[in-house]
Amino acid sequence: MKDWFMVTLVGRDRPGIVARVTGALFEGGCMLGETTMMRLGGNFSIMMMVRCGAGRRALETMLRPEAESLDLRLHVDAIDARLHDHPQPDARITVYGADRPGIVAQVTGALAEAGFNILDLESDVGGTPEAPIYVLHMEGQAKEGLEPLRSALETLRRETGVEASLSPVEAMIG
Amino acid sequence: MAVLPILTYPDPRLKQESEPVSEIDDALRAFVRDLEETMHAGPGGVGIAAPQVGRLLRVAIVDCSRSRKPVSNHGRMVLINPEITRWEGVAVGREGCLSVPDYTGNVIRAEAVRVEALNEHGEPVAYDCEGFEARAVQHELDHLDGLLFLDRLVSRRHDLFRRKVHKKPGER
Repeated sequence: MKDWFMVTLVGRDRPGIVARVTGALFEGGCMLGETTMMRLGGNFSIMMMVRCGAGRRALETMLRPEAESLDLRLHVDAIDARLHDHPQPDARITVYGADRPGIVAQVTGALAEAGFNILDLESDVGGTPEAPIYVLHMEGQAKEGLEPLRSALETLRRETGVEASLSPVEAMIG
Repeated sequence: MAVLPILTYPDPRLKQESEPVSEIDDALRAFVRDLEETMHAGPGGVGIAAPQVGRLLRVAIVDCSRSRKPVSNHGRMVLINPEITRWEGVAVGREGCLSVPDYTGNVIRAEAVRVEALNEHGEPVAYDCEGFEARAVQHELDHLDGLLFLDRLVSRRHDLFRRKVHKKPGER
């Protein structure tokens, strides 16, 4: 499918970003596909699939004034949309522990080796500034079944001291 | 027997409340057979409710013996005028719907329920369901009240509920 773009906007969070950005797209005749928009620390980040028949330059021109007035960095890439093509996760994994450099790399490295394909990952830093905790939450596909993932998590628990749990995800279709 | 066309959202009939069945006769039994055949024809469906085929009647079928992975189940359950009479625990789980193609989401449900109903012969039945089957029962009964799983979605970002928090007495 043509005319689809991935639009990335990042900047300091403030009220009204989503309404103004999506308002400009609607006024400009664009349509949205899948999006994620969230506050990360004090910043707001938007990644959204946008259909714009007028092309990339027109899309950038449409968004530029809003981006500048909201002090957001704007980036646009042409993409292959592939809507209506949702791979189903079969495992949900939560990992948490005292924050330190390398947790995400270590956990996702071990899981990738055990056949885990991440579809969705969110992580957060909680606790206090003096004693932060890191919380990592993922859904994905277990290409080699759940057992290799369970044993990878067991090894991580033993060797790194993080807490790690896996729940099977079995969509109930009714 | 016939596979009936499945309504998909935003068909307004999916958001309407269904009427209780007043008479369980051959015509209703024929409809139950068609409904069941329709459920079996759908991809991976373990339950179906009459409003999903446009009949606004309080009739649902759940059959978790057909789930992709084996789960605790009572086999085929025909539920006419069903009521949930007991709830226990909460659990987050993934749901999809024959009436909402290409979308699945996380929903909080009771981990265990008791459902009381009439079967297609008009006999009272009661089932104590847990886990996946309890989820299917709650999903189908929602259809009878004009509710879709979309009405019960929970946020992805703060979904840190454990999938299973219900424990049986004595279980640690």
